[in-house]
Amino acid sequence: MASPLKCDLCDNQATVHLTQIVSQKVHKVDLCEACAQAKGVTDPGGFSLADLLLKASLNPEPSAASGLRCEQCGFVPEEFKKTGRFGCPACYEALTGMIDPMLENMHKGTAHVGKVPEHAMERKQLEDRLTTLETDLKGAIDAERYEDAAKFRDEISQVREEAGMAKATSI
Amino acid sequence: MPAPIEKLLSAPAELTDNRASKCPVVLMTRIRLARNLANHRFPGRADDSERAEIFARCRDSLATTPGLKRSFSVTMDELDEQQRQLLVERHLVSRELADSKAGAGAIINRDQSISVMVNEEDHLRIQVLRTGFQLKKAWNTIDALDSALESSLNYAFSSKLGYLTACPTNLGTGMRASAMMHLPALVIVGHMEKVVRAVNQLGMVVRGLFGEGSDASGSIFQISNQTTLGETELVIVKRLQSVLKSIVEHELNARDRLLENSPGKLPDKIGRAFGILKHGHLISSSEAMNLLSLVRLGVDLGYFPEEQRLAVDRLFIEAQPGHILHRSGRPELESEERDQLRAEKLRSEFANFTPPNYDSVGLN
Repeated sequence: MASPLKCDLCDNQATVHLTQIVSQKVHKVDLCEACAQAKGVTDPGGFSLADLLLKASLNPEPSAASGLRCEQCGFVPEEFKKTGRFGCPACYEALTGMIDPMLENMHKGTAHVGKVPEHAMERKQLEDRLTTLETDLKGAIDAERYEDAAKFRDEISQVREEAGMAKATSI
Repeated sequence: MPAPIEKLLSAPAELTDNRASKCPVVLMTRIRLARNLANHRFPGRADDSERAEIFARCRDSLATTPGLKRSFSVTMDELDEQQRQLLVERHLVSRELADSKAGAGAIINRDQSISVMVNEEDHLRIQVLRTGFQLKKAWNTIDALDSALESSLNYAFSSKLGYLTACPTNLGTGMRASAMMHLPALVIVGHMEKVVRAVNQLGMVVRGLFGEGSDASGSIFQISNQTTLGETELVIVKRLQSVLKSIVEHELNARDRLLENSPGKLPDKIGRAFGILKHGHLISSSEAMNLLSLVRLGVDLGYFPEEQRLAVDRLFIEAQPGHILHRSGRPELESEERDQLRAEKLRSEFANFTPPNYDSVGLN
């Protein structure tokens, strides 16, 4: 027998089930009587429903979340269940497996098409370039291709200089 | 009280003193952008020293940003509860920021049309406020401010997910655009529920005056976009703009219908509201909101001179509990004393009000 649905906000059995279609997507929320009362869901004029549905979409799939951890800040998915917030920007990459399914129901799309911060992109490009060059350098040294290695080393210092300039303007 | 906050409170402000763009139905427009610094933990997870470091860095960058020169910088721990409440009532900081711990603060420009909260849910919550219906202008202002700020702050950004925010509901643009709508006729005819549902279907959310969980006293509703990822800022702003325009139309139609079907109803409500504001001795804050709301409706209908709309909008803020307490100069007030002082303030304001003239032709 299937176990009874649990309330999205506490662990009691859910007896109030709401379905709403927002922007052509079906949103469902299951609540126990007490939480439904507290959130004003039973009040016909209540407009907290949209906020509630949005929060419900923050419930991660338990299977997708298991074993993940952000190396940068030590954040684990269990904490997200409590607060609905992540630990640091790097969490988004570390916990992709848990985040991607969540986004489907949350937003209009799953990819950003809006404004792009010019400086952040420049800085990121320089960093990426640096990482590639360092790998190339190591490869060249390992293979004893010293002429190539010298070339990569020069390039690295050049990129570092550029990055340094970018940093100098950023305080 | 420290000097900066007193200076801020007495300076002429966009919401209470800008006469130019006041209009019927839309009280104010607001856009906020959520931004975070790369390589730092989000405020909810950062320790006190990291939060302090984030605050200092953001404050320094903000101080040199065009549009924010000579702005006020306040941290929450240097203010008492009363002063924090004043900032909340002026829509300059959120309740969440006011209740936050070390390193939480705000940088607010002279006319209080720009406020940047630091260490709220995200490192930065940039906010632009405009009185009246000015979404496009607010977007242009905040877009330029954000770009200028970005040259000195390293934002956390992913090309796939956009601006990275503490809560995934703000990913992508990190933008929430909203308008405060004054919808008394839709409330009176009982159509608000229908409006809320229709607005939800279009991906917009309806809240009370002070955001999530607040009530809709004064028939004032905040309507904003719900989703932030998968569309450009301009597409979101344009859709919101068209939704708001159609709500304005519905409200104006509801007013027309009320005047046609029961011609005495609105003038009666408005006249009574004016009487209580002019002669009452105990007025609670939510009653004040409802009465002021009716007087604003009276201005829209042409019963009161157009100039008085500014005074009503100012009183929406100055009749709030924190402002009444601040005006009394006392550290705290019993709720009855507060209602008495509120009524006193309203009586003195309404003593100079031109009484309603029900023969004049309304805007509708």
